[in-house]
Amino acid sequence: MPKKKELQSVLVIGSGPIVIGQAAEFDYAGTQACQALKEEGIRVILVNSNPATIMTDVHIADRVYIEPLTPEFIAEVLERERPEGILATLGGQVGLNMAVQLAEQGILEKYNVKLLGTPLEAIKKAEDRELFKETMQSIGQPIPESTIVEDIDAALQFAAEIGYPLIVRPAYTLGGTGGGIAANDEELRTVLNLGLKYSMIGQALIERSVAGWKEIEYEVIRDAANNCITVCNMENFDPVGVHTGDSIVVAPSQTLTDHEYQMLRSAALKIIRALGIEGGCNVQYALDPNSRKYYVIEVNPRVSRSSALASKATGYPIAKVASKIAIGYTLDEITNAVTRKTKACFEPALDYVVVKFPRWPFDKFVFADRTLGTQMKATGEVMSIDRTFEGALLKAVRSLEIGLHHLAIPELASLSNEEIHQRLSLVDDERAFLIAEALRRNMSIDEIHSITLVDRFFLQKIANIVAMERRIAKEPVEPELLLTAKKMGFGDRIIAELTDSDMQSVRKLRMEANILPCYKMVDTCAAEFEAVTPYYYSTYAQEDEVQITDRRKVIVLGSGPIRIGQGIEFDYCSVHSVWALRAMDIESVIINNNPETVSTDFDTSDRLYFEPLTVEDVLNVIEKEKPEGVIVQFGGQTAINLAGPLAKAGVKIMGTSVESIDRAEDREKFDALLEKLNIPRPKGATVTNAADALITANKIGYPVVVRPSYVLGGRAMEIVYTDEDLDNYMKYAVKASQEHPVLVDRYMQGTEVEVDAISDGVDVLIPGIMEHIERAGVHSGDSIAVYPPRTLSNAIIDTIVDYTTRLAIDLQVKGVITCRWSMLLPKQQWEFLCAHRGMVPVY
Amino acid sequence: MKGKLVLADGSIFYGNLLTDTEAVGEVVFNTGMTGYQEILTDPSYAGQIVTLTYPLIGNYGVADLFDQSRRSYVRGFVISELCGEPSNWQMENSLPAYLTERNIPCIYGVDTRAITRVIRSYGTMNGVIVPETVGQETIDRYLALPAKLDVVAEVTTPEIYHMSQDGPRVVVMDLGIKRNILNALFQSGCNLTVVPADTDAKTILAMNPDGIFLSNGPGDPKDVPGSIEVVKQLLDKKPIFGICLGHQLLALAVGGDTYKLKFGHRGSNHPVKDLSTGRVYITSQNHGYAVDEKSLTDKGFMITHRAVNDDTVEGMKHSVLPIFSVQYHPEASPGPDDNTYLFDEFMTLLGKGE
Repeated sequence: MPKKKELQSVLVIGSGPIVIGQAAEFDYAGTQACQALKEEGIRVILVNSNPATIMTDVHIADRVYIEPLTPEFIAEVLERERPEGILATLGGQVGLNMAVQLAEQGILEKYNVKLLGTPLEAIKKAEDRELFKETMQSIGQPIPESTIVEDIDAALQFAAEIGYPLIVRPAYTLGGTGGGIAANDEELRTVLNLGLKYSMIGQALIERSVAGWKEIEYEVIRDAANNCITVCNMENFDPVGVHTGDSIVVAPSQTLTDHEYQMLRSAALKIIRALGIEGGCNVQYALDPNSRKYYVIEVNPRVSRSSALASKATGYPIAKVASKIAIGYTLDEITNAVTRKTKACFEPALDYVVVKFPRWPFDKFVFADRTLGTQMKATGEVMSIDRTFEGALLKAVRSLEIGLHHLAIPELASLSNEEIHQRLSLVDDERAFLIAEALRRNMSIDEIHSITLVDRFFLQKIANIVAMERRIAKEPVEPELLLTAKKMGFGDRIIAELTDSDMQSVRKLRMEANILPCYKMVDTCAAEFEAVTPYYYSTYAQEDEVQITDRRKVIVLGSGPIRIGQGIEFDYCSVHSVWALRAMDIESVIINNNPETVSTDFDTSDRLYFEPLTVEDVLNVIEKEKPEGVIVQFGGQTAINLAGPLAKAGVKIMGTSVESIDRAEDREKFDALLEKLNIPRPKGATVTNAADALITANKIGYPVVVRPSYVLGGRAMEIVYTDEDLDNYMKYAVKASQEHPVLVDRYMQGTEVEVDAISDGVDVLIPGIMEHIERAGVHSGDSIAVYPPRTLSNAIIDTIVDYTTRLAIDLQVKGVITCRWSMLLPKQQWEFLCAHRGMVPVY
Repeated sequence: MKGKLVLADGSIFYGNLLTDTEAVGEVVFNTGMTGYQEILTDPSYAGQIVTLTYPLIGNYGVADLFDQSRRSYVRGFVISELCGEPSNWQMENSLPAYLTERNIPCIYGVDTRAITRVIRSYGTMNGVIVPETVGQETIDRYLALPAKLDVVAEVTTPEIYHMSQDGPRVVVMDLGIKRNILNALFQSGCNLTVVPADTDAKTILAMNPDGIFLSNGPGDPKDVPGSIEVVKQLLDKKPIFGICLGHQLLALAVGGDTYKLKFGHRGSNHPVKDLSTGRVYITSQNHGYAVDEKSLTDKGFMITHRAVNDDTVEGMKHSVLPIFSVQYHPEASPGPDDNTYLFDEFMTLLGKGE
């Protein structure tokens, strides 16, 4: 069936601000949706409240409304724009809930707007627990025994009937908010109270817990003609019990026989058909590790975080295809964007392994509860691709940017065996590292399996990594061993550590033995057909298949996983950087590892390398591509941190020089700069140990602001009022050292102003000044900002412009500079804080 | 031991040999991500060296119940990573042990994607698996060995056997049948008599079956002229259902033609369109030859199914006689079981035959 003829314009609903459980993946999905519709000549109207997104860019939709996502506001937009259709299944749970509300309040009917894609009844069948249960029963799909409750008494009665453990899932929430597992009456009361509070309709499902079973997911697509395909399946490293957003996830499944794979695949098709979904859908199962028994545990009748992952893992653009289906196309009419010859109606064949590793915010919230359960805690994730599981896992660890370069946390070595045992029995963010540590202490795979229930297959793979560590430490590092280690994903840095050498020497050894990575394409079809996707991953194998061109080219470094302080805004900048390069007819190459983003869409740049952002991995790509230079300023702190080492290796850093970056980032050099320019600053010093911190604090007087040098988003930044607090901070929150100094500054309460400027080293353009409502000391990322400023006099603005201009010129900034000025009124004593990163445009 | 796979075009791929058995055969690739044991024991791969594109093989071990025939007929197995420590509740053995016990030549640690890219570009070709030290002269001699023509004779059942139950009687011509086809027919309610490939039409008709099933099997359909002749004699006598080689034999029996595909269709993700409904099904496929659509003009057959990727014929139906066939594998194992409805259609035909 061709496109629905009556559609002239379509309203797309975005997903609003980033929250845990709903991050950049919906910018990616929404952007794809807008592009897919525009390709068909449809006028696209977008409503989203989050400005730090590509989808709200004027390039993407025809009309953009940055408005709150409430039925009232959307009704206003409908009134003004009068679209024929509305697409809500690509805006996460927010979009889906909005569709339900708009329909139920009669707004869609009033404006004669058709809900495109998955119909309302299908959404309800999947989201309403009772309807879902009935539907599953009608097609013979097993779901765990359950009941729906609206109060505690009913829950306790059910518990008395079927026993514990039980799981609580509130209706209509995202990321499992308010859910949890209860092992007794008391826990049930606690979890359920919270759950009912979070549920949009004050309803929760209580069901038998299948914690410990294998958790398997399928991404399924269906069109209106009832054609169905599964894009891929995924196996969670962590058994059922940990939210899939907090699980290490592997694609495709590794431990399922063909029988099991097909059994769950067939069930997924039955389910999507019974629900009547038109578009994408995610089905989650619990599979008994000891029989063919399984339960359907969740169905998301929309594009989800898993869909973004599945799209990047396979090269199959789910959101794009779902959008085409929504406007009337069938799967066999949609071209496979990867091969451009075959159709979207097929199932991708992978010839590599994909590992997704969550990124948690516990480095910033050091005292937060790190245990993982049914409520998602990760803020972001990384994905990695290799031809061995070990390789993909180690690449993922390197991509996380949590200060680790291998599956080892040095501090775990000081734990006793009992402590390791104890920590393993709880699930927390360090589980994979604890497993590796346990294996290093010769705990058996069977024992670890009995404690963690992680499949022996995965444990064996980690054991292989540990065994390789031992070999490297013990045996002479001959080329053959080196190659085997590289095939397992070992970075040069861990090899150097294990052999008491340094990275440069290992690299040299590798070069001499000609042990270099080769790059292979992600093509949806395991090389069966010729593909045109410029999407690559590294591996150590015989053949490299990248076709290097002799065009002018530049590499843009991405910003890695989303974490607090480094969100989707950097992806926005990277994507714009690529677009600008394209406009200048320069080939753009992106290196990044975040599967949720637009920058890792293979359509965005001329070539995409899905790689960790470490010196070794980036240098490998640079040596392959031989670009004119590398742009680091749009990749957040991730890329900035690489600038120095890359420059040292002879790579040209484009834009602001590495020296200038260092002058802005290094506290002492920065002090000297301000001194030279005669710009006032708060008293402070750089310290490398607790004793010096106390001396400094007492000298300048409390309260003081403390933070590690060279970090982003105020990670571990605190305002400290006493010696005791300072001592605690130095002990627990940071690990101060010669390499990682800590800044101690006088804290002054005042107004904070943020200035973003662009400079070419000669001229400086200041697009705007933003005034923060919160007092200085509240991190700018946590402040409400107002543009244009409301309370600043012209004299103050002139001073800000003068300071910013002189700084930019003296630093010879070629690109963006962000300065934060704080001032104490009325004395107009200027204080200064400055960061040097990409900026987020706020219109 | 270090080994290599050398293709007829001279390309060489290095890896490790599991055993010291050498292999010569036609090198093909399969893109399925699961089902290595089913592939290994599918008789249609007789004489071929099979490359698996999925790089982690052996993860869930092996178990008797996944075997698709009495033994493996593949000439060699080419794998990226061979898993020695599998994990699954059903496993009885590891894949390396299984291969070693059966003396199936296997080279692992190979860049299987690189091999696939060569075959995709230059088409299916012969190759050898040998220790790394073996010289090109020996390899050339191996490659020059004449291909065995009648592979069907190697894989068919040596004698007649029955899978009895109350139900329509179906004679199964075993050209190299997969166990799951027999299971699917039996589960559909058929009373099965499985006969060797060289059984003549008279003998089959003397059994007075309600219908005849033509199985899958290895090689070029034109290499089994005897079977084509038998099918010709059965055409207007009984309802017939053919799968894979059986489908090709039906085309040849009515005077149609078959041809060799550049690199065949082997995998679990092949979309096929049912032309009568417009619906697309994901199918399991394993064929190196296809029926020539033009050759079927005026032969009584119409095309019912078509491959979405390259438009080749995937199914046909006689316009008058109760005969239909598909090129793909509705019985799955390995692969998706979206297509079991075809067995139901056969049951309906059997009813009409009475």
